[in-house]
Amino acid sequence: MSEEMDQDFIEPDGEDLGYAGEGRFETQAPQAHPQAETVNLLKREREFVLPGDKIVDSLEYLPGRNCFREGDGIYSKKIGLVSVEGRVLSVIPLNGVYMPARGDMVIGEITDVQSNGWVIDIKSPYEAYLPLSGVRGFIDPGKMDMSKIYDVGDIIYGKISMVTASKSVHISMYDRICRKFSGGRVVLANPAKVPRIIGRNGSMIDLIKSRTDTRVVVGQNGVVWLEGEREAFVIEVMRFIEERSHMEGLTNEVEKMLGRGVPHERRPQMEGPADEEVNFQERGVSNEEG
Amino acid sequence: MKRGDGRKPEDIRPMEITAGVLQKANGSAMVKMGRTIAVAGVFGPRQMFPRRLQQFSRAVLQCRYIMTPFSTDERARPGPSRRSKELSMVINKALSAAVFLEEFPKAAIGVYIDVIQADAGTRTAAINAASVALADAGIPMRDLVAAVAVGKIDGKYVVDLAGPEEELSDCDLPVAVMPRDGRVTLLQMDGDLPPEDVKQLLKIAKEGCAKIYEMEKEALRKRWMK
Repeated sequence: MSEEMDQDFIEPDGEDLGYAGEGRFETQAPQAHPQAETVNLLKREREFVLPGDKIVDSLEYLPGRNCFREGDGIYSKKIGLVSVEGRVLSVIPLNGVYMPARGDMVIGEITDVQSNGWVIDIKSPYEAYLPLSGVRGFIDPGKMDMSKIYDVGDIIYGKISMVTASKSVHISMYDRICRKFSGGRVVLANPAKVPRIIGRNGSMIDLIKSRTDTRVVVGQNGVVWLEGEREAFVIEVMRFIEERSHMEGLTNEVEKMLGRGVPHERRPQMEGPADEEVNFQERGVSNEEG
Repeated sequence: MKRGDGRKPEDIRPMEITAGVLQKANGSAMVKMGRTIAVAGVFGPRQMFPRRLQQFSRAVLQCRYIMTPFSTDERARPGPSRRSKELSMVINKALSAAVFLEEFPKAAIGVYIDVIQADAGTRTAAINAASVALADAGIPMRDLVAAVAVGKIDGKYVVDLAGPEEELSDCDLPVAVMPRDGRVTLLQMDGDLPPEDVKQLLKIAKEGCAKIYEMEKEALRKRWMK
């Protein structure tokens, strides 16, 4: 999912083996496979597919996320929308749980304080672990009460630093934007709809934040932290986006909704570090749907 | 030949599938096959408890099929029975074949199916409901699973036995298939049947499943393509 993950697929000597990866085939494909352009897709880009639906019947394409190959055909694994990137076919899911991936920024709740770290619920099939090595500064667990740093019930914003094949998930708080939340409230969104809530390069979330004077942080695991006087309205807007995530021109619709909800005297926009902290471009949160 | 309810031998009962009927489940579906009604809710993938039952390299599918006390003519004792435990197990196996369990090591996927009203073919209705609910929950699958029971009445092969027919039939043969490639994931049989009949029955069962498959897809389209 993240860019770092792609690096793992490249051979140590730098030779590209041609695994499914972002945009890697756009330069190679035409020479190696002259017939690639003549193959017809059975489903259009952004067309709705169900598990088992055949997207293409050709070896010229490669199965990406949420797709699998059987014989010559590529099929969808989930309900979703088809996405074509060069020769890689993938499906953007419409529902599902959050699966941790390295580099993701997530919001979680501390559920246990152990001798060498913390256990964190990230609303995923797998719980995450924040080891002492993931926290800034020197901490001697023998001499210090670990719950002084993070206690059970605390909500933190962290970066997933490692996911093993057996799904042991580690979190790191090293990044400058990682922090513990105080105040505000937490709501859950459908993780499959998070890219739409954030928007391309954070356009949607920036719009919501600027129009409602509310501090919003969206974790890629679908956990959303809010603080401000108009939390309830922001949640309403989020549900609106979730329901209409497949719509084109959603930003305009949301803009209309926000326009309706803005009181006559528009309050001044928030300034200072709070707003800066919540810059999604910097966090590498990208909109998968483009 | 006409059947008791006016159907032709190869006809399935009037059927209705609705996806997304439950608020709290990750995915859900209700299936009506004639007078049989089943509701399925899918939870997860989620953490597997107790932990000792975790599988290292794949998810555990937890299936629970139960008939509600008011589903039958006489009140049924609530809770799991010997029969419902057996059916939970065969439904589990019928669905496991379609799900990419290896994508969620150590996790569990809960599939809870309640039969609201029973009029023969509850296990097939349960499989249809569960299959739609799994897809609705966004769980990766090879294909949807469709199931139907077939039998033989007065020498005629009939599809989707209704309650009164079940007693007339020489046999009851519930079949679940993944219709895209025709792979069979459930095949059981009650009663007596010569081997050549089984082949014929399997053929018409697959035809019945193909019809159900289309309805399952339609239900999911209706739910997600607003």
